[in-house]
Amino acid sequence: MTLRVNDLKVYYQTLRGDVHALDGVTFDLADGEIMGLAGESGCGKTTLGKSLIRLDSRMKHVGGTIELDGKNVPIADEKAMVPLRYHEISLIPQYAMSALNPTRKIGRMIKDLMKARGVDPASIEDELHRRLELVGLEQDVLNRFPIELSGGMKQRVVMVISTLLNPSLLIADEVTSALDVSTQRAVAESMVEFRDRGFVKSMVFVTHDLSLVYQMADTIMVMYAGHVVEKASAKTIVNEPKHPYTQMLISALPEVGSTEEQGRLEGIPGKPPGLLDPPTGCRFKDRCPLAFSKCSERPPLVEIEPGHWAACWKTG
Amino acid sequence: MSNVAGAPGTAEKSDGAAAKRGSEALHYARRNPKLLIGLGIVLGLLLLGIIAPFFVDHDPNEYIGPQGQAPDGEYWMGTTSFGQDIWAQFVYGLRATFLIGIFGGGVAFVIGTAVGFVAGYKGGIIDEILNMLTNVVLVLPALVVLIVVTAYLEVRGLFVQGVFIGLTSWPWAARAVRSQALSLANRDYVDLARLSGRRTWKIITSEIAPNMSSYLVMSFILLFGGAILIAAGLDFIGLGPSNGVSLGLMLESAVGWGALQRGMWWWFIPPGLGITVIVASLYILNVGLDEVFNPKLREL
Amino acid sequence: MLELKNVHKVYRVGAFGGGRKRAVRDVSLTVEPGEVVSLIGESGSGKSTLGKMVLGLFRPTEGQILFEGTDITTIKGHAARKEYYRHVQGVFQDPFSSFNPIFKADRVFEMIRSTYYPGVSDADWKDRVLDALGTVRLDPDNVLNKYPHQLSGGQLQRVLIARALLLDIKLLVADEIISMLDASTRIDVLNLLSDLKERGLGILFVTHDLSLGNYVSDKSVILRKGAIAEMGPTARVFENPLHPYSRHLLSCVPQLHRTWAEVDAELAANPPEDVELPVAPDEESAPLVEVEEGHFVGINQG
Repeated sequence: MTLRVNDLKVYYQTLRGDVHALDGVTFDLADGEIMGLAGESGCGKTTLGKSLIRLDSRMKHVGGTIELDGKNVPIADEKAMVPLRYHEISLIPQYAMSALNPTRKIGRMIKDLMKARGVDPASIEDELHRRLELVGLEQDVLNRFPIELSGGMKQRVVMVISTLLNPSLLIADEVTSALDVSTQRAVAESMVEFRDRGFVKSMVFVTHDLSLVYQMADTIMVMYAGHVVEKASAKTIVNEPKHPYTQMLISALPEVGSTEEQGRLEGIPGKPPGLLDPPTGCRFKDRCPLAFSKCSERPPLVEIEPGHWAACWKTG
Repeated sequence: MSNVAGAPGTAEKSDGAAAKRGSEALHYARRNPKLLIGLGIVLGLLLLGIIAPFFVDHDPNEYIGPQGQAPDGEYWMGTTSFGQDIWAQFVYGLRATFLIGIFGGGVAFVIGTAVGFVAGYKGGIIDEILNMLTNVVLVLPALVVLIVVTAYLEVRGLFVQGVFIGLTSWPWAARAVRSQALSLANRDYVDLARLSGRRTWKIITSEIAPNMSSYLVMSFILLFGGAILIAAGLDFIGLGPSNGVSLGLMLESAVGWGALQRGMWWWFIPPGLGITVIVASLYILNVGLDEVFNPKLREL
Repeated sequence: MLELKNVHKVYRVGAFGGGRKRAVRDVSLTVEPGEVVSLIGESGSGKSTLGKMVLGLFRPTEGQILFEGTDITTIKGHAARKEYYRHVQGVFQDPFSSFNPIFKADRVFEMIRSTYYPGVSDADWKDRVLDALGTVRLDPDNVLNKYPHQLSGGQLQRVLIARALLLDIKLLVADEIISMLDASTRIDVLNLLSDLKERGLGILFVTHDLSLGNYVSDKSVILRKGAIAEMGPTARVFENPLHPYSRHLLSCVPQLHRTWAEVDAELAANPPEDVELPVAPDEESAPLVEVEEGHFVGINQG
């Protein structure tokens, strides 16, 4: 088991109180698994991705544990996390493309970064060239400045850098959202390739785009308002979702080939609850057509069939 | 999608939390010692400059007392070597100093923001022309021009001095405002205002300017402080208002009549300290404001 | 109703306009009343520039944009522009940046009132606003008197559509209006566009998402590097894409029930027939060829 997250609670501190961004998140990630982490804005998916590697100054670890390859990940301890980053856990943040230092050539930047991580740049040079080639980049990119690269190229550079030390876990946060569809496909496919070649053991791919994650992920976990609502294989989530939220979400997505005349799709009425003072029980109950009295208690995430977890009183 | 898909509860806390912005700014303002100290000193001196002259029943340049008197109960700050009351000069000088700050800073602010807004909003050729003008004025050695102009000008009143300071010190404000306006002019709500049939000046004043009000306030404060310094410099080299009183002129005559050599500290310290304290507290105030308005500088 | 004739847009870049960048190349298309036309393209395709030119926010470098027979580039003066915006309105991509954050959201209605209907009484105006909000299916209590950050993206976009409905609009330019909305609410805004179409509005729907363009539109225009690659009735363009670029796009778009591998396999099993593409005689023009009725292909740009 690569990653085991148990009842993780991370809150944001604000002037008006704590925002319960992650409120008891539990899941396992197997060796070699690519898990798509999907949900709408504000559901906590980005926070979960960040929590696995670095808490920013407003984030507070309230409870729960994270285990990676059997070892505890001390996320609240900034110092103890340093040796883990890049070596064990790596993150490609949402705005990675713009995070490249514009005044440094790519090659120079990689060298500095490796030195800062206590790795001799010469020792990984061959591997670096091999991997750049693998994602379809010429070695020449090392002599270029970030501004000379297109968005897709930059994203691939960031991908190569963040996996150079073969981390156990890679967290990719909306890495393809800003790309055009054709580049998006290329980047997504190289990520799968990286897993296949063992450059990373397993991956959490955070995205709002279910149809993209369906293309590349083994499993999909859907979050809603700080809770996990459902996790199953990608096929099951898309074709036979059990949780009412997942069902409504999937049926709200127009597809290539579907038109309004063939049948009108419907959205989900209402909006997610505020997380500053979240409601008790199931957080979807106010928008859920199936809600009943029991929903004022929080439904546990249970395995309803092998490999398929859902948190709903109606599916349990 | 990217920036909405950010941290959870985005709607609750960040971004356009406009309604909260006012009270939030106030929250930080009340806890910001730099702002409170700076503002306190500036307001204190301003009040002194406004009120105290009413309690002085003679002309500040009148020779009324003993010559070269050290501070005592009657002449709180002593007298000059001609017997002028330094306290009277000081409070009138403060008043003049604030006036020159408001005139000079105000003129520079009006020109600077007008040029900046038009250049930033209109863009294109208008921007290029205004930018060129700005750069020309920017590289002019302002003090030299001021010396030449004021030296030849017949009337050397406070007001004229302010106007000339204003005319030479606006360029950096124009550049700062331009860059801000440039980024705001591309916001969708500005386009939407155009689609609502709004006129240009209305868009600038009601859509763009309010969104950079903190920026404008800070620019004005810096221009204000700058004008005070320039005026003091001009006064000190003898190009101040012919018949007026100002902290710079006091300093000039103190030095000119050898207050330093004769150890008459009460003559040169009040004006020198006055100018330094006003300008320094303006800058401290500005740093404080920056911390209040700019969330990145806030210490949690 | 709206007709673009050989529209070009060339940006000057660099100091004093030394360099040139071609954003829109020889685009001609029409939008009829009651018709939704999707402008589909990746970044740099010129789709948003086209939308902004129709809204009069940019001027075309060359070509004509005719609205009900009048070339809008000849519109001069504030009063004439105001009249144009009475009939042509836009909604933009980012709902949060479409509202001035320091004012309440319903101020966008007031702006319309003060420019176009200064004489309307308070009660009458309130009725009109409630009516427009009803059309976009918003509960007035939820949106009136609120600041933009208190509303969701979907609500804000609907407020903006309601704003446009207060005018006597005939054409709506919807520039990526749902790309920043959450999946569960975007479909409602799309459905709303189709309601407006029923009322006889022409809609120019700018999008980068092929599945969205497909869902709502009658006609699709696929743009690449400023020029039209393919244009035709939506059903034909999606069922029988003729241009290699459109085929490539369709094979890359992630679909919910078919994986890329499945799509590739299908394509390999029934390879589509190639059509002969027109050749541009120079760097500037971009001719189209009509392959079947109303279905055009454009030049190949590599």
